[in-house]
Amino acid sequence: MNRLIADDVTIGYDQRVIAEKLSVEIPDNSFTVIVGPNACGKSTLLRALSRMLKPSAGRVLLDGQAIQSMPAKKVARTLGLLPQSSIAPDGITVGDLVARGRYPHQGLLRQWSGDDERIVRESMESTGVAELADRYVDELSGGQRQRVWIAMALAQQTPLLLLDEPTTFLDIQHQLDVLDLCADLHEEQGRTLVAVLHDLNHAARYATHLIALRDGEVLAEGPPREIVTAELVRETFGIRCQVIEDPETGTPLVVPAARKARVDA
Amino acid sequence: MKATRTRAVRGRATRTRAIRTGGGISVRFDVRAAVVVAILVVAALLASVVLIGTGDFDIPTADVIRTLLGNGDAGQEFIINDLRLPRVVVGLLVGASLGLAGALFQSIARNPLGSPDVLGIGQGSTAGALLMIVIFQGSATEVAGGALVGGLVTGAAMYLLAWKQGVHGYRLVLVGIGVNAFAVAVNGYLLTKADLVDAARAVVWMTGSLNGRDWEQVWPLLTLCAVLLPLVIAHARPLRMLEMGDDTAYTLGVPVERTRIVLMGSAVLLTAAATAAAGPVSFVALTAPQLARRLTRSPGPNLLPAMCMGATLLIVADWASQRVFGADQLPVGVVTGVLGGVYLLWLLVTERKAGRI
Ligand SMILES: Nc1ncnc2c1ncn2[C@@H]1O[C@H](COP(=O)(O)OP(=O)(O)OP(=O)(O)O)[C@@H](O)[C@H]1O
Ligand SMILES: [Mg+2]
Repeated sequence: MNRLIADDVTIGYDQRVIAEKLSVEIPDNSFTVIVGPNACGKSTLLRALSRMLKPSAGRVLLDGQAIQSMPAKKVARTLGLLPQSSIAPDGITVGDLVARGRYPHQGLLRQWSGDDERIVRESMESTGVAELADRYVDELSGGQRQRVWIAMALAQQTPLLLLDEPTTFLDIQHQLDVLDLCADLHEEQGRTLVAVLHDLNHAARYATHLIALRDGEVLAEGPPREIVTAELVRETFGIRCQVIEDPETGTPLVVPAARKARVDA
Repeated sequence: MKATRTRAVRGRATRTRAIRTGGGISVRFDVRAAVVVAILVVAALLASVVLIGTGDFDIPTADVIRTLLGNGDAGQEFIINDLRLPRVVVGLLVGASLGLAGALFQSIARNPLGSPDVLGIGQGSTAGALLMIVIFQGSATEVAGGALVGGLVTGAAMYLLAWKQGVHGYRLVLVGIGVNAFAVAVNGYLLTKADLVDAARAVVWMTGSLNGRDWEQVWPLLTLCAVLLPLVIAHARPLRMLEMGDDTAYTLGVPVERTRIVLMGSAVLLTAAATAAAGPVSFVALTAPQLARRLTRSPGPNLLPAMCMGATLLIVADWASQRVFGADQLPVGVVTGVLGGVYLLWLLVTERKAGRI
């Protein structure tokens, strides 16, 4: 059985149901990418998977246990989440912020071990923010800030890591850096990654498992090579396109139709 | 210009120190914050000694210290140990409680204006006290009890009204301001119902004063502080995480709502108890955490520095009121009010750049 499973969950806010009877399984050691149009419930699904949102029916299982009944710190040592947007406290420096990712591993008598220090440094180096360590978070550019938050999530050192749009705000080079980093974490350290991405071509290149979501429903899931078709893109996003072979990697490449052809889709 | 900036920034990074033992125990602290706490403790104690020597009958500092150490003459011993010391101890405890409660509330509300006096806890306590004074002509102890209950009821009402799948910063501030307005109205009504004698007593109580406080006020407040301080310190790390927003705190394993309820409860108790002991001393809870933060230049709630700052502020304000206006003439609340008002204006005028300390 896989470590992280949403079993027949109904999730929503107050009375509004976003997804009904949704079942999603995150394959172990996969790099799973979730794609779908705005407001289809991607972030909501991640919130449910990370215990932040309680399903009104069904349950989320982490290592076979209902995640809602597990202690907060134990969950936080197993599963990390980078939310779509986060607030930095006033006047905090990059180094301090990343260090806070170590919280679930710390306690009253174990506030800052040698391991903590090393892991924080490594996390900052791997996201390229080490030289920003002494800067204030508020005075960074959007992309720098995004990488700082990713570093914080890395410092948490969880075997499962959920990232909600980790590449937004980043230039193309840094987008690829972040995705490469995710691929490394997955390939070299055997971690399970789940990321929400908006770029279908990045998704097709990097994902080992792709989930297409629309209106709180899974339309298709599986390896990108098998499931990414012009039909699926039209069904999910309502646009016409061609799917050709990526000349670099051989993965599916989505090429939207020209404006005229797209209109009567 | 550029060079200074870089140096200042460098300084920040090396400011925290970690102490590690072989057994895997490690403790981390902020050097600058520790120095600030030490300086404030010394300042509060010095100011206390000076304040004890101040009054209708001035006593030289050396004599004060000798008497406090148990070697004074009988006359001075009575004045110091029975009359002035308890008043100063109440002042220290009230200031510390208000400073700590202010830091807790401002951190939970994520807003420098989210302090218990702005959010109506002080006015709620006042309503309880006025009720005892005006309607029941209660004794001093009953008035203190009324203040305590009034503060607690207000705190509970505020929490329930602000609760919507958890209590969030801006909601807490808005609800608190509403609660404050309501309590002010109730207090105004109670005052109009009072006869002249009760009204005079109520007005003195409402400015916040240390006059005539004795050991009877010390013990309950001291006990409460002794119980709540360890509880608050144990929750200080989760509180710091809460400043990153509920979502991030939650994913890092912080029991968000439990932390908030424990700390808000403690802050309400501290404010209500302080108000019961000295009346609604204004602005200490608002200003102490902000001043402390500017001294430590550290992000986070700065609990201990704010607490020590509160104690120092209150003692200095009491001393100033006695020096300038004569013994027992001007209640300490008036001085803290004036200082607080000036501070607030300064804050508004100089409005720090967002994100800086
Ligand atoms: N806190 C909230 N309270 C109420 N409704 C919400 C809340 N957060 C999201 N929603 C609603 O739930 C639906 C799904 O939102 P969600 O954030 O999961 O979308 P998403 O797929 O992540 O979109 P995007 O690509 O824009 O990030 C939307 O209709 C949104 O308005
Ligand atoms: Mg989203």
